[in-house]
Amino acid sequence: MARINVNPTRMELTNLKRKLVTAMRGHKLLKDKRDELMSRFLELIRENKSLRLEVERALIEAGSHMAVVKSLMSDAALDVALMLPKQEMQVEIEKKNVMSVDIPVYKASFKAGGEGDIYSYGYAFTPGDLDAAIKKLYDIFPKMVRLAEVEKSCQLLAAEIEKTRRRVNALEHVMIPQYMETIRYIKFKLDENERGTITRLMKVKDMMLEQAHKYKERLMGKE
Amino acid sequence: MYKIAAIGDKDSVGGLAALGMHVFPVEDGQAAKELLRKLAEGGYAIIYITEKLASQIPAEMDWFSEAFSPAVIPIPGVSGNTGMGLERISSMVEKAVGVDIFK
Repeated sequence: MARINVNPTRMELTNLKRKLVTAMRGHKLLKDKRDELMSRFLELIRENKSLRLEVERALIEAGSHMAVVKSLMSDAALDVALMLPKQEMQVEIEKKNVMSVDIPVYKASFKAGGEGDIYSYGYAFTPGDLDAAIKKLYDIFPKMVRLAEVEKSCQLLAAEIEKTRRRVNALEHVMIPQYMETIRYIKFKLDENERGTITRLMKVKDMMLEQAHKYKERLMGKE
Repeated sequence: MYKIAAIGDKDSVGGLAALGMHVFPVEDGQAAKELLRKLAEGGYAIIYITEKLASQIPAEMDWFSEAFSPAVIPIPGVSGNTGMGLERISSMVEKAVGVDIFK
């Protein structure tokens, strides 16, 4: 494992130890964040899937009604019937914060109230299938808005999860082992230096004693 | 106050006009691309787009999926369901979890 290129000093050791503690705490926090994001995401994605199936089914049904209408009416007449709606749709966006990810909450409303207002035409020149198609769309509309909200949230959460997972992995598999390896290296280096110093001191002591007492000469003289 | 838009061929999105959505009949991907950019800046919070058109502009769809607003949501058109919406869900799961666990 690669270690960081630093001077093996006590000061570096202290710094590295502090960094290691921070990295470990960050790792734990990010892991918790990832897990929590993941559980929220899975909840939402399940809802997303069922909503989508429901909305798609309803839209296709409405589409088949519309196909019937198109066979009964001219394009121009259909345009006249549909293109001047009595009401307008509006939506308000609120932000909701989930684990530091902003996700939207949509509140859709109609300008004009009342279910009757969804039919933007007199009933005289239009077939009943058109009413059915529009009723279908009107009924599914709240789900369509919810689908938009959930799908957007899922996208944002997925991006955040990916980012968080990368950070967790970088800390777990790169940063923390690197710090540990470097700390070990500095410790060994310092220990080695210490041993070197002790040996040197012992040697110096021997030499000084020899100089003061001349053991060797005395031994020679006796013999 | 934000608005809701629907982009697609006229037959697919015509009915939504009656609900008070702003409907923009568009036939090809190039026009949809430009329109999408314009709508994104024009105060639209939700933009429904037919799967057929959405599949022609994958880069734009990706770009808008990362932004907070607007939400660009593919819906099936009269030509039928291409399964693109569910594919998108799968790819999101894959992105977040690593594998598609709902297969």
